[in-house]
Amino acid sequence: MKVAKIAALAATLSLAGAGAGHATTLEDVQSRGELNCIINTGLIGFAAPDAAGRWDGFDVAHCRAVAAAVLGDPDKVKFVNATGKTRFTLLNSGEGDVLFRNTTETMSRDADLKLSFLPVTYYDGAGFIIRKDKGVTSARDLSGASICIQTGTTTELNLADFARANNIDYEPVPIETNEEARTNYLADRCDTYITDASGLAASRATFDNPSDHIILPELISKEPLGGAVRHGDDQWFDITKWVVNALILGEELGITQANVESMAARAGKNGDINRMLGTEGDFGAMIGLDKKWAVRAIKAGGNYGEIFDRYLGPSTDIGLERGLNALYTDGGIMYAAPVR
Amino acid sequence: MVTDAAQRHVVSRLWNDKETRSVIVQIITLVCILLLFGYMVRNAVVNLEAIGKGFSFSFLFQPSNYDINQTFIEYTSRSSHIRATVIGIMNTLAVAVCGIVLATVLGFVLGVMRLSKNWLTAKISYCYIEYVRNVPVLVHILMVHGLLVRVLPTPRNALVVGDGVFLSNRGAQVPKPLYEPLFWVVIAVFIVGVIFAWWFRRYARQLQDRTGRALPVFWVSLASVIGAPLVVYFLLGSPITWEVPVLKGFNFAGGYVLRPEFLALWLALSLYTAAFIGEIVRAGILAVDYGQTEASAALGLSRGRTLNLVVIPQALRVIVPPLTSQYLNLTKNSSLAIAIGYMDIVATIGGISLNQTGREMECMIIVLMLYLILSLLISAFMNWYNKRIKLVER
Repeated sequence: MKVAKIAALAATLSLAGAGAGHATTLEDVQSRGELNCIINTGLIGFAAPDAAGRWDGFDVAHCRAVAAAVLGDPDKVKFVNATGKTRFTLLNSGEGDVLFRNTTETMSRDADLKLSFLPVTYYDGAGFIIRKDKGVTSARDLSGASICIQTGTTTELNLADFARANNIDYEPVPIETNEEARTNYLADRCDTYITDASGLAASRATFDNPSDHIILPELISKEPLGGAVRHGDDQWFDITKWVVNALILGEELGITQANVESMAARAGKNGDINRMLGTEGDFGAMIGLDKKWAVRAIKAGGNYGEIFDRYLGPSTDIGLERGLNALYTDGGIMYAAPVR
Repeated sequence: MVTDAAQRHVVSRLWNDKETRSVIVQIITLVCILLLFGYMVRNAVVNLEAIGKGFSFSFLFQPSNYDINQTFIEYTSRSSHIRATVIGIMNTLAVAVCGIVLATVLGFVLGVMRLSKNWLTAKISYCYIEYVRNVPVLVHILMVHGLLVRVLPTPRNALVVGDGVFLSNRGAQVPKPLYEPLFWVVIAVFIVGVIFAWWFRRYARQLQDRTGRALPVFWVSLASVIGAPLVVYFLLGSPITWEVPVLKGFNFAGGYVLRPEFLALWLALSLYTAAFIGEIVRAGILAVDYGQTEASAALGLSRGRTLNLVVIPQALRVIVPPLTSQYLNLTKNSSLAIAIGYMDIVATIGGISLNQTGREMECMIIVLMLYLILSLLISAFMNWYNKRIKLVER
């Protein structure tokens, strides 16, 4: 009798194991009533707690847009903080539904780590920050330097390649988080800190004397940053992908946080706007959502341009120019596929 | 009905028998454990399959693509993940061995100090032990690293500690010995010295057994192992040249460097573990009844011989088993290296390799196995030593 009981228990357990993962991500998120979004452990401008302790920033705004589109409320997000090393494991093990952690899209991450990358939200490159008084003006003069790097990043690999190609002998100082890198750099444990140029600008904004530090002119790599989801749920990939596209299209079509609701109230003359805001056709149904998905996404934090200006733009402490990240109509390469 | 009752009777009889019940319980427990283990393996396999990731160790042979700062053997970013793992093992061993040596020395000093009749000495040791034992080791590691990196000057203003020894927040720079051919003569003299010391010790013991005359074994050994090679070294005109580190650009070049990460981990682990070893040593010494000391004094043995022949052999019997677990603790605690970026096993194969290849399961299995093997080796050695010093009962 005992044995039978145990066998039954074992059978139940293995069924439970096999049964997990059958619901779609959309169903999981909706039944949970909360989006689990993987973000940085703290990088000013991208993901950092504000004065009230609420997570805020460029990446966080994308999480909130997805939550608004899927759940109708940009605040229904549970943030899962990840270091460069833990992010993919967290995503693949199901701890998070979507990853927005200034992550570079690469072939091996896409194919080997089994991720699907969302449209690029920030075109970046790895650069070096260094004290002015070290008298260095080019990354090629860095021979013999101690260089702080966040481990588990593409930067780590790009630096090794760059050093080998240019015969630079350096001491790598591996670091887990941006905060640690900042303290080690400020203590002069390392001569220079290498990471994405946007991250450098963000870190420099928090220094006591930002003007004592310069960012070297060379960007040694291409770092297209964007969100990612797990392989295996195409519907969820489509939802997140089109939320990101909708934010970029919003800027292109002049849909802002302020006017999105009035524009969505009735159909206008522009078919692109009508289709996206649900006054023409039912594109939301194609991704398992209702007609107003894009309205809510833009209402959450504004369109792409508004989000960029609020968290990273010239009026912020970080002060990044749009550069490559301007719309293709303004001399940049931001170009989203149309809703049609 | 009858058979049913009879069956129940058999079952209850089996259950009421102490021996059979114990066997039944053991079988059930074993089955439960196996089922649980099987469930976990199955769960991993199913989930890995669900996200389309296979299970393979072939990534180990591909180039690692990352650089490591502290390497005892040749390594570049073109080397394989396996080589990176070996570097990680060597770095773990380096800090574990250095840590065990320093912790043991410090621990014995602390233990003896605590038993000192001098009030101040005893209290200093007491306060140190109580403070260190009650703060987590990770905090010690972070604190020592923070101190080294922030308090020490930059390389340009490095402290000159001795001839060619510099101290900065990039670590301790020490000269590197370059051996000339004649140095091998010194090595040869040293080896001969060791063999002679071993022979002399045996001879002295036999002589004492025969005639009762004691020879100064310690001093003769010291002279043959250390003294003779030193004399030969100077007679040959110091056949070692030193490569002195010089400031070049950002950092020192040449010589050896003990990085702040290594120093922090080594010092913090040693200082922490020493506090525990101090208590173990105190317990060991106290475990030897004072009557033993008095008895040996009554037999006319000197203080030194009392300690060497009576107290220490008996104290070691008590000290060695808990000392083994402290050595194991220190070795395992070295994995906290990750907090300050020391490139040990966890940081190489269990960190960067894991992350850059996405092979979590494979990498963690390797890390687990490596620590297991390391711990078992230390245990085996200490058990062998324990057996050797065990009290021989007559």
